[in-house]
Amino acid sequence: MSSDKNNVSRRDFLKTTGIAAGTLVGGGLIGGLVGYNIHGKGTSTLEHGGHETTNEATGSPKAKMFFRNERDFSILSKATERIFPEDDLGPGAIGLDVPYFIDHQLAGNYGSNSKEYMQGPFDVGAPTQGYQSRLTRAEIFRQGIQKMEDEAQKRYKKSFNDIDGKQMDEILTAFQKGDIEMVGVTSAFFFALLRAATLEGAYSDPMYGGNRNMDGWRMKGFPGHQMAYITQIEDAKFQKIEPNPLGNH
Amino acid sequence: MAKTLPSVDVVTVGVGWTGGIVAAECAKAGLKVVGLERGQKRGTEDYLNVHDEYRYAIRYDLMQNLSKETVSFRNDRNMKALPMRQLGSFLLGEGLGGSGTHWNGMTYRFLPYDFQIKTLTDKRYGPNKLGPDYLIQDWGLTYDQLEPYFDKFEKTAGISGDDKNKFSGKRSNPYPTPPMKKTPMLAQFEKAAANLKLTPYMVPSANVSEVYKNPDGETINACQYCGFCERFGCEYGAKSSAEITVVPTALKTGNFDLRFNSNVVEILKQGNKATGVRYIDTVSGEEFIQPANAVVLTSYVFNNAKLLMVSDIGERYDPTTGKGTLGRNYCYQILPGAAGFFEEQYNTFMGAGSLGMCIDDYNGDNFDHSDLDFIHGGNIALTQTGTRPIGSNPTPPDTPTWGPEFKKQSIYYYTRSFGIGAQGASMPHKQNYLSLDPTYKDAYGLPLMQLTYNFTGQDRALHKYISARAADIMKEMGAKTIVPNAEITDYNIVPYQTTHNTGGTVMSLTPEQGVVNNYLQHWDVDNLFAVSAGNFAHNSGYNPTGTLGALAYRCAEGVIKYSQSGGSLV
Repeated sequence: MSSDKNNVSRRDFLKTTGIAAGTLVGGGLIGGLVGYNIHGKGTSTLEHGGHETTNEATGSPKAKMFFRNERDFSILSKATERIFPEDDLGPGAIGLDVPYFIDHQLAGNYGSNSKEYMQGPFDVGAPTQGYQSRLTRAEIFRQGIQKMEDEAQKRYKKSFNDIDGKQMDEILTAFQKGDIEMVGVTSAFFFALLRAATLEGAYSDPMYGGNRNMDGWRMKGFPGHQMAYITQIEDAKFQKIEPNPLGNH
Repeated sequence: MAKTLPSVDVVTVGVGWTGGIVAAECAKAGLKVVGLERGQKRGTEDYLNVHDEYRYAIRYDLMQNLSKETVSFRNDRNMKALPMRQLGSFLLGEGLGGSGTHWNGMTYRFLPYDFQIKTLTDKRYGPNKLGPDYLIQDWGLTYDQLEPYFDKFEKTAGISGDDKNKFSGKRSNPYPTPPMKKTPMLAQFEKAAANLKLTPYMVPSANVSEVYKNPDGETINACQYCGFCERFGCEYGAKSSAEITVVPTALKTGNFDLRFNSNVVEILKQGNKATGVRYIDTVSGEEFIQPANAVVLTSYVFNNAKLLMVSDIGERYDPTTGKGTLGRNYCYQILPGAAGFFEEQYNTFMGAGSLGMCIDDYNGDNFDHSDLDFIHGGNIALTQTGTRPIGSNPTPPDTPTWGPEFKKQSIYYYTRSFGIGAQGASMPHKQNYLSLDPTYKDAYGLPLMQLTYNFTGQDRALHKYISARAADIMKEMGAKTIVPNAEITDYNIVPYQTTHNTGGTVMSLTPEQGVVNNYLQHWDVDNLFAVSAGNFAHNSGYNPTGTLGALAYRCAEGVIKYSQSGGSLV
């Protein structure tokens, strides 16, 4: 699985920070470690939320609220990783748990468009008039992911999950350009949603299930939630500040 | 059947800055005031977890719920208007404090030129500078007449500023609090502007620089530069807003009854008098009639105009004949600017909504337009508002929008780039206006407000010129790569631009030219007042709240005067 590599870097992280799993109490690292344990296939008794897990582990965000099967979740995961890949700066979308973030968002208000005007009649309109679909975001994602699979089958006679990165990029680019036929929405709109959701998952507070271990923030030099910068704001030197999540508030 | 409640002296529709100011002044004067707020109670204690970019800046936690009400939009009359289904171009407020809760706090006074724009433009450039399709007009009040109200609003809000702008109209007093701290980015802008013989000054700020007690006895705390202003409430009570200033002032008098979840759907009228308003309790679904001796519309631009239209008060603007005033002169703002990419790293994530330096050398009529095909201009500013990682992914030109190169560049430049932006003035045009949508309805069965709007030739010329000036400053600041904003084409409601919508219920010298007089009193119904940025006959090159606050104090004075003398105040 593509996440194996990431587990290695998680282990390295634990080693280099001198923290052993199971000895941590409190603080923002708990979530990150729990995520590590559950994610590590066959490396932990915590997998699938075993009976001996801590409360924190059973409360882990790494379960699916929206996706119903592994194939679709894996297509989403791989697509987000192409958009925001792992590199020498740090983890990509999968390492940051972006797919879980998107899964949770699709299961909630975001997915059901609860704060959008969804009354008809529906009309395509001009690009300057924006989103005019009768579909919710959840429906658009479901359809979009199926279309990505269909496109892989059509072009390469393989599942999207089994094609190589370059082939994935070709398909994603076709979506971005609006070249893929979708119902009730353009593929360009779906791609824009997917891209935006990927960045949201990489950089939102870790309480939403993405930005694991705040590594998205750490890569970017964003310190997350800080009470004040009044003592540093006039300083000419760039300030490297260890990020802080809202959970520590 | 609607239940009729006991009559009061004044009812306000909406409780943000304008509703709060009118309520505070009227309640202090002994009038019984009811404030009807369609949203919920909220205050500093509710912003404890506000440093959450996703919840507040991306998913718009403090903004209007569009599932209940939105606007419809088309670029011109040949298009079918369609609803704005999700927030984008502008962010409408909801709840106590309205959009004045999630503002940045930049608090300018419009220029003396703005209030007499028609007279002064004609005088300097002759009568046909813009041509007959533009509806520029004097406002019905000069800067000097409005100055005491500007002063009052600045004192209420504790505005922080430095009095170094030579283009400003005459000030009767200095800013009540000193300017904000000057960061390295701001100092770099200041130096570059001075090198170019421009006049830099600190952005006047409602992110208050020190603990301040206002004349009503309300305390505003000192800004902590935490970087979460725009789209957020302030967890410190350090960003002036209605809920920490005028609302508590009104409540302390014992004369102010503030009702939440109260959505007004109609202004009631008998003959040429308003008798009150009809509203729906959005929780219980019950309908109420609130009779009042004076009705004051204090909601956002769109809703003020809409309530007048659905209540059939005043003559709606017809773009074919040019007749009617209600809905006319809708304006937005034009956003010229230039992005700069640097090698050195800046603390871009620190900041405050109004932390910035700016120039007015290319604003108003502060420069010669004889050889230019536009009038007015814009305030050009460098602001350090605190960039956040979801919303800020700057990349140099030709970088892909996703994939490895995007990731690398957007992370590298997150702390190595910033923009110099201008708020370009917007001139009213015959074909830009507000009306009622014939198809789409809100949750209460009322038509949506329909917006017909596009950028005009004036806008395009202004944008191009001011973007080039911003690029000049960026160059002087030493940016490695400079990217002036692309030329504007058609107005697009999708990307966020600015929440500075204006017009539709214009203030004017004569009933032929607008909806309200210079006390913001309706020309046809003298116990009905409407105050919002809808009163602006055009939009200037600044943030609107300073001028709006001044108009709200003017309006409050009008309501109090009316309650004593009755009749038309002009």
